[in-house]
Amino acid sequence: MTPDAILQHAALVFVGAAAPVVVLIRKPVSQAIALSLYGLLLAVLFFAYQAPDVALAQIVVGAVLLPLMILLTMARARRQEEE
Amino acid sequence: MNAGRLIVFGLGAVALAIALLLGVGGLPPVGDYRGPYGDVVYAIAGPERHAANAVGALVFDIRAFDTLLEEFILFGSVTGVAVLLRPTRRKGDGSAARTIADAADRLVVFLLVGIGVTFGFYVVVHGQITPGGGFQGGAFLASIPLLVYLAGGPGVLYRIVPRGLVAGAGAAGALLFAAIGLLGLAAGGAYFENVIPFGPRKSSIVSGGIIPLLSLASGLEVGAGFARLIRVFLEERLRP
Repeated sequence: MTPDAILQHAALVFVGAAAPVVVLIRKPVSQAIALSLYGLLLAVLFFAYQAPDVALAQIVVGAVLLPLMILLTMARARRQEEE
Repeated sequence: MNAGRLIVFGLGAVALAIALLLGVGGLPPVGDYRGPYGDVVYAIAGPERHAANAVGALVFDIRAFDTLLEEFILFGSVTGVAVLLRPTRRKGDGSAARTIADAADRLVVFLLVGIGVTFGFYVVVHGQITPGGGFQGGAFLASIPLLVYLAGGPGVLYRIVPRGLVAGAGAAGALLFAAIGLLGLAAGGAYFENVIPFGPRKSSIVSGGIIPLLSLASGLEVGAGFARLIRVFLEERLRP
């Protein structure tokens, strides 16, 4: 196997293993963090399949901005419940 | 868990797995490209438009009109969120909230901000040469204020990301994007026709005609849009 193929297969395995973990975690805050890590793995997958443009967008949006919005929304919703 | 539910799920999962395996088995191997469009894009991007990054040429030239609509979708969504989360007349905006960052955290952020901003602008202006472009660079730039917030607290974030500025900059970016398309009409061609000289054959920062211009406009729109989103979400969260 070429190094490219090894990276591609490894990225596929990691993404495949991480996806159920994100779904099975039931605690919302932990889930947002897991989603962020999963986003990074997806970025590696895109990079391995020669889509660096998409990988860059995925890192910023999928690994940083999306989990941040989820965390902020949950924190706000929880405070509303407490009030 | 309910046993009946598990059986229904199991049957569905097995059927889905079989269908997926059959489907994946019929896929061509990685790198075996059969459509004509990729070849056409490659023939146009490098040799004709002098843009080494074919993806940049595709997004900001060949399908620039689609990208225009995407810019407006993003602008519209961000504006919608900002309107929903507009400041109401309540006591304060949470800007007095303190940060838990210590001196070491502040030093790291201080060192990272300059590098981050430089890299963000680099990605925006090199869209036609290397992977990236307006969207990626803009989103990256928008995450810098977040770093500043971590070190300095909400007061600093509110100061460097004023509501009016990011709203105006986002609108200006979207408008600029639409206006650059008019150059084609002015030259007697089609909307978004690439009529500006393509620059040096060996891709440089000025190669690609309208590609770097559209990338800049997109960077302004996306960067301001995401910064605005971060600002309104944080403000909503921190409002006492």
